[in-house]
Amino acid sequence: MRVGLFVTCVNDSLYPRTGRAVVALLERLGVQVDFPMAQSCCGQPMFNTGYRHQTEPLVRRYAAAFRDHDHIVAPSGSCAAMVRDNYPRIGARAEAEGRGTELSEAAASVVPKTYELTEFLVDVLGVTDVGAYFPHTVTYHPTCHGLRVLGLGDRPRRLLERVEGLELRELEGAEECCGFGGTFAVKNPAVSSAMGSDKSRAIARTGAEAVCTVDNSCLMHIGGVLAREGSPVRPVHIAEILAGTKDPAR
Amino acid sequence: MSRDGARAPRGGAGFPQGGATYLGMPAFPQAADAATRDGRLRANLRHATHTIRAKRARAVAELDDWARLREAGAAIKDRTLRHLDHHLVRLEEAVTRAGGTVHWAADAAEANRIVTDLVRATGEHEVVKVKSMATQEIGLNEALAEAGIRAYETDLAELIVQLGDDLPSHILVPAIHRNRGEIRDIFRDRMASWGRPAPEGLTDRPAELAEAARQHLREKFLRAKVGVSGANFMVAETGTLVVVESEGNGRMCLTLPETLISVVGIEKTVPTWRDLEVFLQLLPRSSTAERMNPYTSMWTGTADGDGPRVFHLVLLDNGRTDTLADEVGRQALRCIRCSACLNVCPVYERAGGHAYGSPYPGPIGAILTPQLRGLSSPLEESLPYASSLCGACFEVCPVAIDIPEVLVHLRERVAEGGEVTVRGTRTVIRPAKGHATERAAMRAARWAFDHPGALRRGQRILARTRRLQPRRLPGPGRAWTDTRELPAVPAESFRDWWARTRGGTA
Ligand code: SF4
Repeated sequence: MRVGLFVTCVNDSLYPRTGRAVVALLERLGVQVDFPMAQSCCGQPMFNTGYRHQTEPLVRRYAAAFRDHDHIVAPSGSCAAMVRDNYPRIGARAEAEGRGTELSEAAASVVPKTYELTEFLVDVLGVTDVGAYFPHTVTYHPTCHGLRVLGLGDRPRRLLERVEGLELRELEGAEECCGFGGTFAVKNPAVSSAMGSDKSRAIARTGAEAVCTVDNSCLMHIGGVLAREGSPVRPVHIAEILAGTKDPAR
Repeated sequence: MSRDGARAPRGGAGFPQGGATYLGMPAFPQAADAATRDGRLRANLRHATHTIRAKRARAVAELDDWARLREAGAAIKDRTLRHLDHHLVRLEEAVTRAGGTVHWAADAAEANRIVTDLVRATGEHEVVKVKSMATQEIGLNEALAEAGIRAYETDLAELIVQLGDDLPSHILVPAIHRNRGEIRDIFRDRMASWGRPAPEGLTDRPAELAEAARQHLREKFLRAKVGVSGANFMVAETGTLVVVESEGNGRMCLTLPETLISVVGIEKTVPTWRDLEVFLQLLPRSSTAERMNPYTSMWTGTADGDGPRVFHLVLLDNGRTDTLADEVGRQALRCIRCSACLNVCPVYERAGGHAYGSPYPGPIGAILTPQLRGLSSPLEESLPYASSLCGACFEVCPVAIDIPEVLVHLRERVAEGGEVTVRGTRTVIRPAKGHATERAAMRAARWAFDHPGALRRGQRILARTRRLQPRRLPGPGRAWTDTRELPAVPAESFRDWWARTRGGTA
């Protein structure tokens, strides 16, 4: 089984710890991970802001980088959703514009094998107990794209529930958007911030030490609001929790 | 007040305006910015939307075939829209056969002219109205006022909006932004200048408010010779129009006046009565969380001794056939105006309905308004961006409109331009003005992402200068750092870590 890690541009540049956690976790589970250097960004920022034509080269790049892998794993619900939900649309639009089937074929070659991390663990590896240890109270915020586009369901929770030492706290209004939304956060700052502070208040009310999601982009927004409000709650990517062990060297 | 009052010019001494309009509204972010600072508005909206969304979820969960009903609703609408010309001709024939008269209005101005002429021909100077979004869309009340004709809104929430010289902010509950205390004040201060004054010592108890409205409206119903309505559905096979409502005021408007004028968007057509079965299940559960709405009124042409003696149907296009020409965008025309998408929308909840600058607020407004009006001003251009693309609207929509898909599609028209249909003609529009910086940034980002070597060099520069980086960003990024902390740039990118530890080749 050749598994390619699609680390995503945000993780690559800002949250390398998350990528390292995914590698540690998967290797601990006996998966050989490969990181193709030719990868970059899924194109979500351009596509969602309305720059479809700027996205197309990145669809090609993604397909080429992961051509030879059996599975592609991304520690990001929204990037996995971008590939699965929007790559076929991008291909179909190009075809409708009379530009042939090249983009559709590129999309079709990667869509079925692209997984968000928790999906890969539960559906492909068939594990919910990954042997992790994380002695903290944690609340889980299901991100919109993970929840509604990918349909992750309770996979992340099932994984978290099996983590030794972890106490899961219920988050009120969990399914409500945190207000990040990519460029939405910049284009509509007032609404985005209002959504962010409502979310951070709900998180604070859980009394948890950490809030975790399957997406560092949402976590960057939530964490940014928490930090500005002086909250002690720590944002943590779910991969970093699942990679945790009693052995501090790891 | 006297009937002469209705003939007084708009804005005359002591005469209520009742004519706030959406014209010249600012772009969404500016309007929303003000709304998010209004604590009372946010509290009103939060309370109302959270209550109804929980109820809707329960009402929908009662039906185990909801998913199939939803599919059926979407399929019927899609099929009807594909052959809309055919169904509209059948509808016209059936309405005519039943004794009604059909008028076709290409745009708002034409629709207003038709209705004004029809009312003038009756010699009347006032009309009663049952809530109709189509007439809000075309600004009918203002057009009638210009012609010296007064339109009285009879839906309770519409009445509150009209008395308050306000604009509707929700599809189903146009006065959702008002709380009981505010409504009491509006009734007390304004009812007298529109007709029967509010009773002495009116409190904010719902029963008292409802009674005050009932008394006020009763004299309008009994006096009115002309009624104006919208419709939720038009059945092509029989020429029957359908209005669903909760209060019964609509039924009074539909049955008491001698002349009834219905103004309806052409997309409200369904081919047969059988199709109604699907929508009469989808609509009430999605909108009011009821199994069945309290009043369902249906009318077909005219009948001797029953209801209006004259019936006119004004079929409104006003951008709908242009919308129909757009393969992705046309799904917005499936909308049955249930308002479920508004009630779950986190953006609507904070920004309020007025920020959308149209009688169609919330997620559906964000995709419908720019299509009906065209991407014609900064407001329309900003609406497709008034969403975090969280997808809650798509999830609840009873006719499965993929609102996020249409939003992104319209963003593309704003950012990149492209083909659109304007008044029946295919036109290529240019990218919206004011996106030059963004376009350049997107291009640069795409270039870097398509050249991972360059990207890696950029990451290294960032890492090396990370101690020097500001905590506040300049330019468009400022909005971000005004309310949020920036993440710290790590000392080493993932890519470099991988190359260092695993010996990957760049
Ligand atoms: S878009 Fe869907 S959810 Fe929104 S009002 Fe229309 S039918 Fe209802």
